[in-house]
Amino acid sequence: MTEIHYDEVLDNSGLLCPMPVVKTTRAIKKIQVGQVLKMIATDPGAPPDMEAWARQTGNEILAQEEQDGKFIFYIKRVK
Amino acid sequence: MSRSDPDAPRKLAIIASKGTLDWAYPPFILASAAAAMGWEVQIFFTFYGLILLKPKLDAAVSPLGNPAMPMKMPFGPEGFQNIDWPIPVFLMGFPGFQALATSLMKKTFANKGVATIEDLREMCIDLDVKLIGCQMTMDVFGFTKEDFIEECEIGGAATFLEFASEADVQLFI
Repeated sequence: MTEIHYDEVLDNSGLLCPMPVVKTTRAIKKIQVGQVLKMIATDPGAPPDMEAWARQTGNEILAQEEQDGKFIFYIKRVK
Repeated sequence: MSRSDPDAPRKLAIIASKGTLDWAYPPFILASAAAAMGWEVQIFFTFYGLILLKPKLDAAVSPLGNPAMPMKMPFGPEGFQNIDWPIPVFLMGFPGFQALATSLMKKTFANKGVATIEDLREMCIDLDVKLIGCQMTMDVFGFTKEDFIEECEIGGAATFLEFASEADVQLFI
């Protein structure tokens, strides 16, 4: 278990591409710069897609882990 | 130009030329994903792609002409759902077969967690994707701007090419 403080949670379980990326974008715009979003996804395409998304948007994935078929990302809003 | 200014957003230019349910997905998926990454996106709807700008979408899919399409049932136990039914091509032209294939595909997509075309288009609009209807095709098929959603704009080849010439990615779908 990663112990990372987060400010909001977004559960994208059951959703396929491009929904996790699109919904994360919406959610990240609702938190402040410096705050952290915990995002949960079950789409196996989510890890590479979220990494590409982070590189493109300049936001930072502080940590990611896999638990019981769920991918969990801690994303810090940088911009 | 985007590459001379590293801070300028990347750009994606798409031509959507097909209006069937299966081919309606790639433009809206790529456009929404790119826009979610902060890219500037334009989709130019031409020929059969133009109907994707109608307020009510009734995109269908026919296995006829798509012989590699898996024919699977979206209900029943997993083993049953995984059967790829060997449908003879001559059956695919029967009345009602297209409606059946369309409803099976929609159901399968919904079961798997894929958004509907309507939802994806709505997300594109929310993310400021520019949707452009091809004026020439509209004239040929007898459409006016009033036939389409109000968020769309109208343009021609030069409109698309100007944007595409500055885009980092250009796709013809």
